[in-house]
Amino acid sequence: MVPESWYLALAAVLFSIGVVGVIARRNPLVIFMSIELMLNAVNLTFVAFGHRLGSPDGQALVFFVMAVAAAEVAVGLAIIVAIFRLRRRLSVDDLAAMRW
Amino acid sequence: MNVVVFALLAAIAVGSALGLVLKRNAIHGALFLVVNLATVAALYLTLHAEFLAAAQVIVYAGAIMVLFVFAIMVLIPGKEETGPDPRRPYRLLALPVGAGLLVELAIIVARRGGDSAAPAAIPGGVEAIGRLLFTDYLFPFELTSVLLLAAMVGVLVLARRRAD
Repeated sequence: MVPESWYLALAAVLFSIGVVGVIARRNPLVIFMSIELMLNAVNLTFVAFGHRLGSPDGQALVFFVMAVAAAEVAVGLAIIVAIFRLRRRLSVDDLAAMRW
Repeated sequence: MNVVVFALLAAIAVGSALGLVLKRNAIHGALFLVVNLATVAALYLTLHAEFLAAAQVIVYAGAIMVLFVFAIMVLIPGKEETGPDPRRPYRLLALPVGAGLLVELAIIVARRGGDSAAPAAIPGGVEAIGRLLFTDYLFPFELTSVLLLAAMVGVLVLARRRAD
């Protein structure tokens, strides 16, 4: 039986890769996909802890994370499409209007 | 046997995640992410979370990634990240940030991830989750439907062409 800490370690690695993607990439679509990667890493942590504690609560929480992620992707992609329509370019460097 | 399966899945998951972050073409990244999501679904199976494995494939690899691929196809990016990067030094900071975060998480997992006692088996599987969703988590469950409705309306408003 594989210990749960291995799953936690794998989730940590995936989350860190997602963070690097969010910071390092310029394309908002790729940034969004990196966020999905991070959400998935956290989901894996939830399931591993739920398995560890013998409780289905972890899996129920993942269910909610999935629903929120679906809503987030739909709204986020709509915003990206709207920005693209306005500017005909797709780079986060151009989106500095709300910069302090 | 379990260890071999886990090692294989973990290698595929990390490799596809790296592919997503490193590949310049967004559509390649999307395909790598599909592989990653499917691998995570397989990992759910190894943790006896069959319902979530199915939901992962249907919701993430099915619905969400189709949306992503569709958006990539419509927007045709891919040229944005090939030109010279005016902020390259700042973006390279992502590597130390990510590495530092990984070290921190590794310390936490190494300290706290004690696997002393044998884990208790989850009773019931899908039935237990369904019961939980409709009893303890009923209010969040209903809120989720409102959230999805709000997202749907919001997307329609955002995507509508102005009639001027």
